[in-house]
Amino acid sequence: MSGVDRYRPPMRKVTLPMNAGGTQTYEGHDAAAQFRALALPLLDDVYTLARYLLGSAADADDAVQECYLRAFRHFDTYHGPAIKPWLFTILRNVCNAEFARRSKARLRNREADAETLEDTTPLWQEIRDTPETALLRELDATTIRGLVAALPAQFREAIVLREINDLSYREIADVVGVPVGTVMSRLARARFMLRAAWKAEEGLPA
Amino acid sequence: MTCTETQILLHALLDGELDAGHARDVEAHIAACLGCASQLRQYRALHDVMSVVDLGFTAPLSLRRRVDAALPSGRPAPAPSRRLVLRGFAMGSMASAAAAATVMFAIVRSDQDQRMFSEVISAHLRSLQAEHLTDVETSDQHTVKPWFNGKIDVAPPVVDLTAQGFTLLGGRLDYIDGAGVAAIVYRRRRHVINLFVAPGAGAEDRGAKIEPVQGFNIRRWTEQGLNFWAVSDINAGELQEFGQKFEAALRPGSGS
Repeated sequence: MSGVDRYRPPMRKVTLPMNAGGTQTYEGHDAAAQFRALALPLLDDVYTLARYLLGSAADADDAVQECYLRAFRHFDTYHGPAIKPWLFTILRNVCNAEFARRSKARLRNREADAETLEDTTPLWQEIRDTPETALLRELDATTIRGLVAALPAQFREAIVLREINDLSYREIADVVGVPVGTVMSRLARARFMLRAAWKAEEGLPA
Repeated sequence: MTCTETQILLHALLDGELDAGHARDVEAHIAACLGCASQLRQYRALHDVMSVVDLGFTAPLSLRRRVDAALPSGRPAPAPSRRLVLRGFAMGSMASAAAAATVMFAIVRSDQDQRMFSEVISAHLRSLQAEHLTDVETSDQHTVKPWFNGKIDVAPPVVDLTAQGFTLLGGRLDYIDGAGVAAIVYRRRRHVINLFVAPGAGAEDRGAKIEPVQGFNIRRWTEQGLNFWAVSDINAGELQEFGQKFEAALRPGSGS
C-alpha cells in the first residue's frame, strides 16, 4: 500500500482508516468534505460529552459549535487513526475555557473539593455487603444521568468518557492529559461514588 | 496482591484493560477474598447497567444545522482513485512493479472470508439505514426463535443476553451472498449488534476471529454447523465479550 503513496506529490494529506484493504488518502483541497465525513457522524457523541461536562443544554450547543470550528481550523494537525479522542480533546479545551470565563474562583473551589475527596475518601473500607445489597436495581436513564451529573468534575469526566463515550484508558489519558494510572484511579473513585449515590437513590444502606 | 491494589485493578479488569498476567493475579485474589469478589460483582452490575441504558444525548436539529452552516461545504470525497495505482505503473520502476505485485497479492488473497465480510457489513448498514432493523421486535428469546421457522433453512439459536449487558431487540430476515440468513439484533448502549447466522454446510467448528472492516468490527466463528458473524461499531473488546457470552449461553448446563 505504501508503494502507492510513494509517487504522490508532496501535498498536505489526511490518511483515513476507511477500508479493510488499507488506507485512503485525500488531498488538502478535499479537506472540508473529509472533515465533514469524519466529524459530523460524531456530533451526538461530542454533544453528549459537552452536556455532561457543562451541565446546560444551551452551553453545550455553543461549545459543540466552537469545537467543530476549531477542529476544522486545525484539521491539518489530525493524523489519525481515531478522530473521536481528537475531537474530545478540543471540546474539553473549549469547555475548560468556558469554565475559566464563567468564574475562576468557582473553578478553583471545584478543584479543591475534588482534591480533598481524592485524598480522604476511602475506596472500600466502609462497604459491608450482604447478598441483598449486592444487586443494583436498574434505574431509569434520567435518574442515572442525574447521578453522573452530580459527580465532581474530574470523576464525572472519567466515567463519561469510559462508560458513555466508549474510550479506552489510553484514549482517556490522552484527552484529559494525565497518566493511564490516574485514569484508572479516577475511574475507581468515580464508580465508588456513583455506586454510593445509586444505593442512596434506592434507599439501600451504603 | 493486596485488597487495596485489587480495589483499583478490578476496574481495569472489568473494562478489559488488564494484560493476561495482571488479570490472572486479580482473579486469583478475588477467588480467595470474599470482600473483593463482592466488590467486583457490584461494579460489574453497575458497568452492565450503564452499558444497557442509553445515557447519551442526541444533538438537537438546530445545533446540527448550525454546525453544518458554520463549516465550509466540501466537495464529495472522491472514490479511492484507481489512477494512483495506474500512475504507479506509469513510473515503470522496479519499486512500482513490486508495489503492484503487493496490491495484486492482497486482492487475490482477499478470499471468500473477505467477500463475506463486506456482504455482512452491507447487510449491517442496510439494517441501520432503512429503519428496518427488526421484522419481529421483542426482547423475548422464545418469541424470536420460532419466528424464523419456515422462513429460512436454519434454526438459529437465540439467547437473551440482557443480564450480561446486551439487550435483545428482535430478529430479521436478511440476505447475504444471495441466501437467506437469520439476523438477531442486540443493542449495547446506542450501538446495534447484528448477529448473522447462516448454515455452514458441514463446516467444522472454527474458533472466533475478530477483524476490523470499514470501521466496524466483525467477529466470525463456526459452531454446531452454523456460521456466525457478529458485526457492530462497538470496540473489539466488547464484541469479543458479546461473542463469548453468546457462546457460553449456548453451552449445555450454562443455566440460561
